[in-house]
Amino acid sequence: MMERGERAIFSGLNFGAAAGELVALTGPNGAGKTTLLRLIAGLVRPQAGTVELEGGDEDRTIGQQAHMIGHQHGIKPALTVEENLRFWKDFLGGETVQGRLEGLGLEALRDFPAGVLSAGQRRRLSLARLLVAQRPIWLLDEPTTGLDQRSLGLLSEHMRGHLQEGGIIIAATHGALGLKPTAVIALGEAA
Amino acid sequence: MKPIAALIRRDLGVALRQGSSLGTAIGFFLAVVMLLPIGLGPDQALLQRIAPGALWIALLLSVLLSADRIFLDDYDDGSLELLASGPLSFELVTLTKACVHWLTAGLPLAVIAPILGFLVNIGPDQVLPLAAAMIMGSLGISLLAALGAAVTVGLRRGGMMVSLLILPLYVPVMIFGVAASTPQTIMAGSGVSSLMILAALSLAALVMVPIAASAALRAYMQ
Amino acid sequence: MVQSFANPTRFLRLADRLTPWAAGATAILMAVGLYLALIRAPQDYQQGETVRIMFVHVPAAWMALMVYSFMALAHGTAIVFRHPLADLAAKAAAPAGSCFTFLALATGSLWGRPMWGTWWQWGDARLTSMFVLFLLYLGYLAVWQAVSDPIRAGRIAAIVAIVGFINVPIVKFSVDWWSTLHQPASVFRMGGPTIHPSLLVPLGVMAAAYAMFFLTLWLAAMKAEILERRIHQMQIAEAGRA
Repeated sequence: MMERGERAIFSGLNFGAAAGELVALTGPNGAGKTTLLRLIAGLVRPQAGTVELEGGDEDRTIGQQAHMIGHQHGIKPALTVEENLRFWKDFLGGETVQGRLEGLGLEALRDFPAGVLSAGQRRRLSLARLLVAQRPIWLLDEPTTGLDQRSLGLLSEHMRGHLQEGGIIIAATHGALGLKPTAVIALGEAA
Repeated sequence: MKPIAALIRRDLGVALRQGSSLGTAIGFFLAVVMLLPIGLGPDQALLQRIAPGALWIALLLSVLLSADRIFLDDYDDGSLELLASGPLSFELVTLTKACVHWLTAGLPLAVIAPILGFLVNIGPDQVLPLAAAMIMGSLGISLLAALGAAVTVGLRRGGMMVSLLILPLYVPVMIFGVAASTPQTIMAGSGVSSLMILAALSLAALVMVPIAASAALRAYMQ
Repeated sequence: MVQSFANPTRFLRLADRLTPWAAGATAILMAVGLYLALIRAPQDYQQGETVRIMFVHVPAAWMALMVYSFMALAHGTAIVFRHPLADLAAKAAAPAGSCFTFLALATGSLWGRPMWGTWWQWGDARLTSMFVLFLLYLGYLAVWQAVSDPIRAGRIAAIVAIVGFINVPIVKFSVDWWSTLHQPASVFRMGGPTIHPSLLVPLGVMAAAYAMFFLTLWLAAMKAEILERRIHQMQIAEAGRA
């Protein structure tokens, strides 16, 4: 159960996701999709209930085994595209930056200061973090916003690859993700 | 080790390319130093007596008010949450960021401040003790300023609030800092013990500030 | 004529042609000026050799005021005529101007110590207003750095430059309105200069040298700003195509 201010956002929520599964969260704005994702990431604490992980790494929290792509991009405009990505690889403990920019069509912008990127390109750069962080659980908050057709295709491909390797994706979305979700949880409907 | 180095490199890189707040802090320091003698009058002897305290006040205010940038940038663009999800404890992250700020702003200001003491007619034998005390206390000053920045990161009227919250914490630093800065106490021997206490305050801040600051930042990220 | 410089490319070409002349003039004038000031000019019967600081201090103070006036004028031109390079002209001038101000304050302090017995005196109107001028320069530079959008930064910097301009006549006339520590005006005054030609000539040469030095620096800074803006625009265009 989760409250914001005086209002309960959701309660009595019960679901699970297994390796290779894609869970889609739907619902109108303000229904609590972002809050739920942040709850799973460990950024907010629920009033009641727990988030549990079976298998995985015992020594790390769920938040350290998940990676969340939210509405904000976490990009420093003063650094170049590659420097931004390289920082996240070094900080989050990923393996390599090789090929990650190509994976989202950003290789041409490698040495440009990130400040000149358009909104869609920034979205793609923050999504590239998923490829660099190499965490088993992906928490995506409306990942398709601002992406063109080609980028949507690339994203779907990466998501499919991640699921095939046994990863879990929980994605909040308004529209289609290009993949068929294993389960759909609709928030914000009848009280 | 690698994540810490990466974080330091990133913060330094941004400070170098985008500009740190050091220039503005120096300008603010000069403006405060200017107001004191204009308000107190032309009595040079009086100025010399209050010079160490006046410079300490100017230093504390300059460091405190230029520190809000430490976490604001990362809070605004969402980096803070990502930094919290890394292999480093969040306490270590806040400590690293505060220390980078000390290196780029707090320490340089503590070095420059005694040199600018001539504006308040500081006695030539007061400069070196003042410099020693300020440098010794600069880490603690920067850390407390970082705490203030963390506690007010999401507020709009942060500047005033941060002064209200952190200036009381500066009182012990100020007491021992001024005590260590005046030659009379140096000769009497209590100057060195004041320096030691300043160092102890800085070390205490090194432990306590990261805990408090990361708790404050987590509260804002909720 | 100013309108013809609105085109950045044409300005760059002009700057490239002008810079060697300005640099050469600086070198010659500086050499002549220093020779006259350090060797040929007579000693002061009271101050001895220290009077020679005047030849470094006074032109620096003149330049500090002139550059700020230039900045205020440039921003005024930007507002009234919408000249595209005017904002940039002021921005390019500011670092040199602040250095001249610092030089004037520092050399003035060094000169004042043997003369007045003190490094600094807050009660003196000219010293305080020059200090304020230095703070204005710092604040002006801070605006350009703090505001990320160049157009908006230009507007806010314009306010600092134009409102702060009121300080310039205060500095100039402070020695006339208040008589405290700093000596009264001896060159630019109603009755004409009161100092001897043997001091006036080196002073004038040094002033011309400083002016040429400023011109050289300003042309280089303008070139850097224009090219930087151009690179930024090219990067945005390139990123848009990617």
